[in-house]
Amino acid sequence: MESKPRAAASTTKTGAQIVVDTLIEEGVDTMFGYIGGVVLPLFDKLYDAPINFIVPRHEQGGCHMADAYARVSGKVGVVVATSGPGACNLVTGLATANMDSIPLVALTGQVRTELIGNDAFQEADTTGITRPVTKYNCIVEDVKDLARTIREAFHIASTGRKGPVLIDLPVDVAVSKYKADGPDEMDLPGYRVRTEGHARQISTAAKAINKSQQPVLYVGGGVISANASKELRALAEKANLPVTMTLLGLGSYDQTKPKSLDMLGMHGSAYANYAVQECDLLIAVGARFDDRVTGKIAAFAPNAKIIHIDIDPASISKNVRVDIPVVGDAKEILRELAKGVEHHERKKWFDKIADWKKKFPFRYDLDSKTIKPQYVIDEICSQTKNKAIVTTGVGQNQMWAAQFYKFTKPRQLISSGGLGTMGFGLPAAIGAQIADPKATVVDIDGDHSFNMTMTELATAVEHNLPIKVCILNNGYMGMVRQWQELFYGKRYSKTYLANPDYADLARALGAIGMTVDKKADVPKTVKEMLAQKKPCVVDFKVDREENVWPMVPSGKSLNEMDGLDILERLI
Amino acid sequence: MKHLISALVENKPGVLAHIAGMFAARAFNIDSLVVGRTEDPKLSRMTIVVVGDDRVVEQVRKQLAKVVPVVKVQDFVGQPIVARDLMLVSVVAPPEKRPEIVSLVEMFRGKVVDIGQKTLMIEVSGPESKIDAFINACKPYGIKSVARTGTIAMPRQAKSSPDAYGRL
Repeated sequence: MESKPRAAASTTKTGAQIVVDTLIEEGVDTMFGYIGGVVLPLFDKLYDAPINFIVPRHEQGGCHMADAYARVSGKVGVVVATSGPGACNLVTGLATANMDSIPLVALTGQVRTELIGNDAFQEADTTGITRPVTKYNCIVEDVKDLARTIREAFHIASTGRKGPVLIDLPVDVAVSKYKADGPDEMDLPGYRVRTEGHARQISTAAKAINKSQQPVLYVGGGVISANASKELRALAEKANLPVTMTLLGLGSYDQTKPKSLDMLGMHGSAYANYAVQECDLLIAVGARFDDRVTGKIAAFAPNAKIIHIDIDPASISKNVRVDIPVVGDAKEILRELAKGVEHHERKKWFDKIADWKKKFPFRYDLDSKTIKPQYVIDEICSQTKNKAIVTTGVGQNQMWAAQFYKFTKPRQLISSGGLGTMGFGLPAAIGAQIADPKATVVDIDGDHSFNMTMTELATAVEHNLPIKVCILNNGYMGMVRQWQELFYGKRYSKTYLANPDYADLARALGAIGMTVDKKADVPKTVKEMLAQKKPCVVDFKVDREENVWPMVPSGKSLNEMDGLDILERLI
Repeated sequence: MKHLISALVENKPGVLAHIAGMFAARAFNIDSLVVGRTEDPKLSRMTIVVVGDDRVVEQVRKQLAKVVPVVKVQDFVGQPIVARDLMLVSVVAPPEKRPEIVSLVEMFRGKVVDIGQKTLMIEVSGPESKIDAFINACKPYGIKSVARTGTIAMPRQAKSSPDAYGRL
């Protein structure tokens, strides 16, 4: 394992000082977190540290900020919380990062070692609670293990299939003193990452690609995590392959290019879903055959041979049987794979895809008198020239963002895919803007998603972050309402909440607030919003019962999409 | 089908919780799980009996290997191994039945380890099927209680394949 340059370790330091010094050695310059009793020693050392420290209004918000910071910057996000309630409030954020394989290091305070297990004030079994939602966690009970454990945490979080690592730090360890007496290397006998793909498997995969008449590349967040977009593009161009992306994979291949099939799955494009169902070779890269992607698993890509390139061996053949597995780093493997592939025209296949694209594009009613939510996104996409960083809530807002914003670069769409965490959008926009201060950051959110974490608007105001929050306000928990409409006889059980006036709310918190209820006002309001230098919230009063189409109902196969007739009538 | 999986794990706090938690979270069924020290004080060995088809057990193996403090995982299926359980069983044994029971114990190469007024405590070790057979043989006398360790196993070095009982 590589050793990083580190400061002379000859002086006696407290545990808290060791934490801060080790974080700085790991290259941390930005952190998110919330103070509390048992983390006082740590925050005392952070007082003088050269670290940009962002305090959220709730630990969950802080964790999502660190997560989005990691997604945008490619670095490890760091979040701190106190014991008990502080640590418990991280759980949703950790689970979000864990499901989407985002590198995070969470530091939590813990009560004094001798009190652990005694139900002390603000005590919770943090490692017990967070074990299933982290890649790894541990408690440090001896100050001499502290620096090493932190280094190990960064290593585990940022290598292999990335993920969150939590370190629980009892307050007595944070104040005890220790003089390191030599190098303290990482000691992880059970943690090995295979990055280099098996050469014979790669050449088998290349042959399968060369032989294929109807191939599809199906790529996920792993390509973005591995910074392999360039290599993906090279392979798709050289071998002439259409590319479909998962929600988390969007942006890994430029969606404005003709070979892009956009997103697949439950609310994916009809052309991607048809192509996957009819392909003879599916080349999965950094994707995990999630149920929202595959639909009915037994009927998924029935005629296809499957190549699966993934860093996580446990992902291979977990949900579908894979014919040619290649375990390793996507960047290296795609580069090697591209060497072995030939260009084939595959005219019939591309013609077929072009027909589907012509017949079933993503569409909405352009002549509607109401503001269609898709129209707002269309407008944002064209005014930001496909270049904004887009964060989302979860539900219809997220699916429309994925369908109607055409992403051109990786790390542009920041969304909670696996866990589907409502309330992710606003704190994610804050984390994204901190990671990339020059970028235009737009949170495309739902009213109910926004309600969950809107307290973080105060954080954005405090740091004067020019994030743009677009609430697609239909007054419903839209996606759940859609399911109730389709599958529960329009019985809208508890999907309606009384909302505040979001523009007033934004102004009360010190942000800019606007409301749009006329379709004609959308373009100029979007323009005005994008020009703001302060946090800005726009309440778009959108069509209340618009649905996301197409839709593969739960348990159906990908080609059994609902709503295609509705889309066809819109021509 | 039953699979015997052997995992070398780091001997430190929380490891059992990491592994037990993974099994619970992924809805894998454990038949038995035994943890004990090894020749290396830094490592423990877990022997886990899992029931499932090959695909499920393959996932178990991979998910186990993914747990950070797990150093090495082996699935012993199809390999020549020696597998053993240890059982303590308390059998109802009135004085007139004791000679019968003791001869049964001898047949199974067990040991009487405690004598009570109404019961005998017997120690038997061997492959699981032998332990099961002994329990069945004792049933007519009445079984008060049973404590079993679960299976531990090691691969054989000998080239010739033994049967399921580990006999050559």
